[in-house]
Amino acid sequence: MTAAVTASPSPNLAPPHPAGAALRVALVGNPNAGKTALFNALTGARQKVANYAGVTVERKEGQVLAADGRRMVILDLPGTYSLRARSPDEVVTRDAVLGRLAGEVPPDVVICVADATNLRLVLRLALELKAVGRPAVLALNMIDIAERQGLEINTDRLSAELGMPVIGTVATRRRGIAELVSAVEDRARDGGANLGEHGWTEPSAAEIRALHREAERILKACVRPPKRPDTWTGRLDDVLLHPVAGVLILLAVLFLMFQAVFTGAKPVMDLITAGFDLLSGAVAHALPDGLLKSLICQGIIAGVGQVVVFLPQILILFLFIILLEDVGYMARAAFLLDRIMGGAGLHGRAFIPLLSSFACAIPGIMATRVIDNRRDRLTTILVAPLMTCSARIPVYTLIISTFIPPRTVLGGLSLQGLVFFSLYALGMVSALAVAWVVRKVFWRSAAEPFLMELPSYKVPDPVNVLRSVAQRGQIFLQRAGTTILSMMILIWFLCTIPGKPAGAAGPAIDYSFAGHIGHLIEPVLAPIGFSWQMSVALIPGMAAREVAVGALGTVYAVSGGEEATNLLGASLAHQWSLASALAFLAWYVFAPQCASTLGVVKRETNSWRWPIIMFGYMTAMAYAAAFIVYRTAVALGAG
Amino acid sequence: MTGGPRTDQLMSLADGRRGLVGVIAEIGAAQTGPSAVNAEELERRLLEMGFVEGARVEILHEGFIGRDPICVRLDDMRVALRRREARGVILRVERGA
Repeated sequence: MTAAVTASPSPNLAPPHPAGAALRVALVGNPNAGKTALFNALTGARQKVANYAGVTVERKEGQVLAADGRRMVILDLPGTYSLRARSPDEVVTRDAVLGRLAGEVPPDVVICVADATNLRLVLRLALELKAVGRPAVLALNMIDIAERQGLEINTDRLSAELGMPVIGTVATRRRGIAELVSAVEDRARDGGANLGEHGWTEPSAAEIRALHREAERILKACVRPPKRPDTWTGRLDDVLLHPVAGVLILLAVLFLMFQAVFTGAKPVMDLITAGFDLLSGAVAHALPDGLLKSLICQGIIAGVGQVVVFLPQILILFLFIILLEDVGYMARAAFLLDRIMGGAGLHGRAFIPLLSSFACAIPGIMATRVIDNRRDRLTTILVAPLMTCSARIPVYTLIISTFIPPRTVLGGLSLQGLVFFSLYALGMVSALAVAWVVRKVFWRSAAEPFLMELPSYKVPDPVNVLRSVAQRGQIFLQRAGTTILSMMILIWFLCTIPGKPAGAAGPAIDYSFAGHIGHLIEPVLAPIGFSWQMSVALIPGMAAREVAVGALGTVYAVSGGEEATNLLGASLAHQWSLASALAFLAWYVFAPQCASTLGVVKRETNSWRWPIIMFGYMTAMAYAAAFIVYRTAVALGAG
Repeated sequence: MTGGPRTDQLMSLADGRRGLVGVIAEIGAAQTGPSAVNAEELERRLLEMGFVEGARVEILHEGFIGRDPICVRLDDMRVALRRREARGVILRVERGA
């Protein structure tokens, strides 16, 4: 699923102006300059999100109709401080501006987006763009905040110095948007690019110094410092970055977020599950018994339900992330957590994806987007599923309540609770340990510099926030959803085909491919104490971890819904030894028993390589852990 | 650190404490420990973030573990960086901490 790299005209838009092809415009700017808000103001809902061919960088394109009816295709390029690319995102920006990006039409005009209150660094970027020779327009965004601060910008002089039109904009209130569009049109009419692109080379340190001096001179000549500078950011930082208060507030924010994702989404998720059960029941009623009914009810409807059920958590998590990002707090959280996460070789921003993974690894892995560096991001993705997600809880509960006696130990601690907690701790510690091994053994000497602008605090714009949250939901449904759904149908197929012969004994799954696979892998799993029934249950358990409970019910021919859990427990207590039960728990701490996670990793990394690596290392760890637990328990007489 | 740095003394930003104010005298190529980037690349990144000779720096905040990373006011911006990356930023002290 690589990207759509060229624009396909959307049917609900006016046809391109007959006078010529669409004008291609690229947005370039520093991070935090309000580039996305400007992109939204320009294009409205006419946006398309995909990936650039072959890389994991997100490609956002939108359309706008100019006053003369000409269509403009706007490309929102990743934020950068210079054309000297330092990350995959910035490589895309550089190559797009230089017209070197494979599969992309070079832009006719570049809009350089600046935060009007923070011009120093963006002026150097504008000078770099000018040197490239592509027609450019400077948008002084958030000009209203500059005006409120009494910051005076001589736009005529600035325009003359930079050799490009300068337009003041307020993206969130659509101020200056029409002027910006017409400036871009004029610029395109004036003539095409005069490129020295083959002559572009990375500037040396001396050249950066020279450019910076030039930017500094222009800044002095054109901008009078604010009469009423922003003092809120400093005052807020005194509290929010305080060694004690700041950390407590951060913990409170993270706790609130975790609670919202974990418990806030629960009622909606239950509603979705109930809805799909209802639908499945109604369809089952209407259809005759047979394979088709099974495919539609257990395969397709259950599969779609399995995708949609993640949506509430994803939307709530991204609401938090985008709010924190837009307010300017995300950079502060990374500052506070850098040292802790850095100990395990992770980036400070990895904290949020990992915390979210306690609810579910799917939104957690999607949240790794907040990490810019590719290796930091991949490491976080790889370890996220080790955090104990809520889908493991039913499995843990079943096994613990069946096999761990409800005794108290160590003066009043519940043994069952202690085991439960140990499983959580084991997941967390191994996530950090794996991250440490990845960063210190495989990707050694790769500590990326931590050098980050802390933007001024801003009041987020609700429309932009909601649009971004909705976009995340849409991306999940479209991209990850299709992968997850096809995996669900594959698992249904394995567990259903071939069907049980008439009059045969035993559960139907025993006759299916899954049954055969279970029997086939049983010798491999025997050393860790798994019976063939347990092996078979692992196959449908791939659909989602909690499905394993139902799958065990199926193989042990215990019918009924959740009420049957007690019955199932009694049955397991009969058939499993304590050693096998503990090994099963250890297996579930590590095993990648979740096709959806693998699907979303495929989507986020844009390749099958990382889900395969994840599946491999987690299975190996699960096997090793189960082996150690089983053998130790047997040696202690629990076999 | 008794007494603290004196005015006009040269020192690395990496050794500064909260409250230190200075003007950048030199951006050098110095860092400790393994890194994904070489010293020259780090120098360019510092320059691109606005750490240039003549810029005014004040240490505003320190991390709660080992006083690392630090948050500085850099002219009219705020920037966070680790002390290891701050090693090459040499200040002429205006006000010691």
